[in-house]
Amino acid sequence: MRELRTTVTIAFNDVEVEAFADETVMQAARRNDVFIPSLCYVEGLSVWGGCRMCMIEIEEDRRLRPACATPVNPEMEVYTDTPKLRAHRKAILELLFAEGNHVCAVCVSNGNCELQDMAVACGMDHVRYDYRSPRRAVDASHPKYVFDPNRCILCTRCVRVCDEIEGAHVWDVASHGADAVLITDLATPWGDSTSCTWCGKCVAVCPTGSLSYQGTAVGEMEHSVSMISRLAVARSRGEWLDPEAVS
Amino acid sequence: MKNMVVIDPVTRIEGHAKITIALDDTGSVSDCRFHVTEFRGFEEFCKGRPVWEMPSLTARTCGICPVSHLLASAKAGDAVMGVTIPDNAVRLRRIVNLGQIIQSHALSFFHLSAPDLLLGWDSEPADRNVFGLMAEEPELARRGIMLRSFGQGVIESIAGRKVHAPGILPGGIAEPMTEETRERLRENLVEARKTAEDALVLFTGILDDYEREVRAFGSFSSLFLGLANDDGLWEHYDGHLKMVDSEGTIVADRVAPADYRSIIGEAGRRDSYLKSPYFKPSVGPDEDPLAGMYRVGPLARLNVCERMGVPAADEALAEYRERAGGVATSSFFYHYARLIEILAATERMADHLANDDVTSSHVRARAAVNAHHVVGVSEAPRGTLFHEYLVDEHGVLTDMNMIIATGQNNLPMNETVLQIAREWIDGPAIPEGILNRIEAGIRAYDPCLSCSTHAIGMMPLIVSLVAPDGEVLSEVRRG
Repeated sequence: MRELRTTVTIAFNDVEVEAFADETVMQAARRNDVFIPSLCYVEGLSVWGGCRMCMIEIEEDRRLRPACATPVNPEMEVYTDTPKLRAHRKAILELLFAEGNHVCAVCVSNGNCELQDMAVACGMDHVRYDYRSPRRAVDASHPKYVFDPNRCILCTRCVRVCDEIEGAHVWDVASHGADAVLITDLATPWGDSTSCTWCGKCVAVCPTGSLSYQGTAVGEMEHSVSMISRLAVARSRGEWLDPEAVS
Repeated sequence: MKNMVVIDPVTRIEGHAKITIALDDTGSVSDCRFHVTEFRGFEEFCKGRPVWEMPSLTARTCGICPVSHLLASAKAGDAVMGVTIPDNAVRLRRIVNLGQIIQSHALSFFHLSAPDLLLGWDSEPADRNVFGLMAEEPELARRGIMLRSFGQGVIESIAGRKVHAPGILPGGIAEPMTEETRERLRENLVEARKTAEDALVLFTGILDDYEREVRAFGSFSSLFLGLANDDGLWEHYDGHLKMVDSEGTIVADRVAPADYRSIIGEAGRRDSYLKSPYFKPSVGPDEDPLAGMYRVGPLARLNVCERMGVPAADEALAEYRERAGGVATSSFFYHYARLIEILAATERMADHLANDDVTSSHVRARAAVNAHHVVGVSEAPRGTLFHEYLVDEHGVLTDMNMIIATGQNNLPMNETVLQIAREWIDGPAIPEGILNRIEAGIRAYDPCLSCSTHAIGMMPLIVSLVAPDGEVLSEVRRG
């Protein structure tokens, strides 16, 4: 028998909603159909709080807070779409585009990309920073999948899903700062990985065209983040839900 | 004293280029060069990308003929997989290419060249464009624009978008054709064919007025290269390479596209980003590649084939050959050949659309990487297009070579501007209308310079008049 969860009242953009006392602001927002942008958050995976797209403003709190990592507090008044937040999110997106090699027109995920969708949602139509245009080699050594670091935004979804759901921990982040890069095993080619189970969860959860299926042409890649959330819920609560109910 | 005229940029072409005309002490033309002044570099930055992305990536080479790159690249992708793609995928690719030939040729004839042909070489430059044509010949301009729109619509209907369509992929086509699309295209074909027929009547009606242009717009012996099939029919998508000379003698035949290097060499020139391909067997070591000059495109395709394979276009081809005296060697006939190809394209398309299997859902083959050195060839509107890829065992490109149609016409374009300059220029005072004829000599080839400069290399056009001592006496620069 399920325990009843305590509820509290909070406000999103001056509209009061009901939230569970033990959930995060992001979870409360998604249940109440309040849009908060995010690139690294996936329901069912641990919270990383790295992309900083989900920053929110809270009344009487001078600091911006990440919605994914901020617990609900009774009576809290949350603002999700202010001029300050819009400027902040645009700047993050511009930095992401300037950091890698994101050329939507020739990307396998064109039309099915969370980074692209986020740029549209946040009105990012220019990049004010110089492009770094890094030279990064594509790893197509895996028989089923391709890793293109040019399109990676280091959200670590693949790292977390592989570790927390599949239990293989093939993926990790090597190096620091601007040199940070995803690696498989101990920086061996993906195709040589002895820990990869070929399950494809990392590909399903990738928000961009960085991880794709072999043989995928431009615009053909479709990810399945909801499948990962569904698996996570099934594991943790023993509930097998309608895919549409978990996203 | 050396005189030099510079036309910069050459207008109503796709890309950026200039023309330099050198005069000797007596004021006669001593040399004339066509320089391509833009650089694209696809051969460099495509390295390291998966072969599956190449059709869409290389299609960005051009906004006029992206389908040509999509097809050549997708065919190279087919070869990487080592598969025979479904029959209907071939049929749909052919229909898309016919739509591409129609729209590109319509652009070349109605938008870019008709102003010269119908308004006159010496007409007011400000009006000598498609807008001037609209003012003088509104119905003709409208129908030309609608013809191009039809071709673009074919591409969009089958491949998903008019420009840079995503639907042509290694292994076939992304989506089958619906019955609704098939019926719509069949309906629209009726007006397209009528426009093609009327344009041919118009052109043949004025051709006799251009006797001097026929004689001086690139009228010389050269070789001609095109794709050919076993039936001797006009080919635009598949088959083998065939080369004929100006007498119609076959100098190379049944050359597999993958063996193109056995007959085609590539030379670079210091004054142009455009490579100069040549017929290898005709050029010895350290010899000028001019000896191996060949032409590609509509003129060459009509010289290479025995017949068009469709009734109305075959009738038009017979009259064309009669007017040309057999093999057409004047580049002025490019316009004529283009119109016959539009007509043939509408007829061929009608045949494909009448096939009951054209809506078959089996349009794609899938496989892993099975070959590592491949060549994809297709006939672009401007001529034979080669994509050669080297891929590693994972399908990532390690090297690449593209031979673009316009590049193959580089040597003949240079000869053409020289011939026109010698025909019309006599002394340093050069009327604007003469410069326009020189540009029109280039336009006859419908060059696409943005497509063709990848090795490391640029097209607005300039004409310079240069004195023997190098002094630039006059320079014409437009655009």
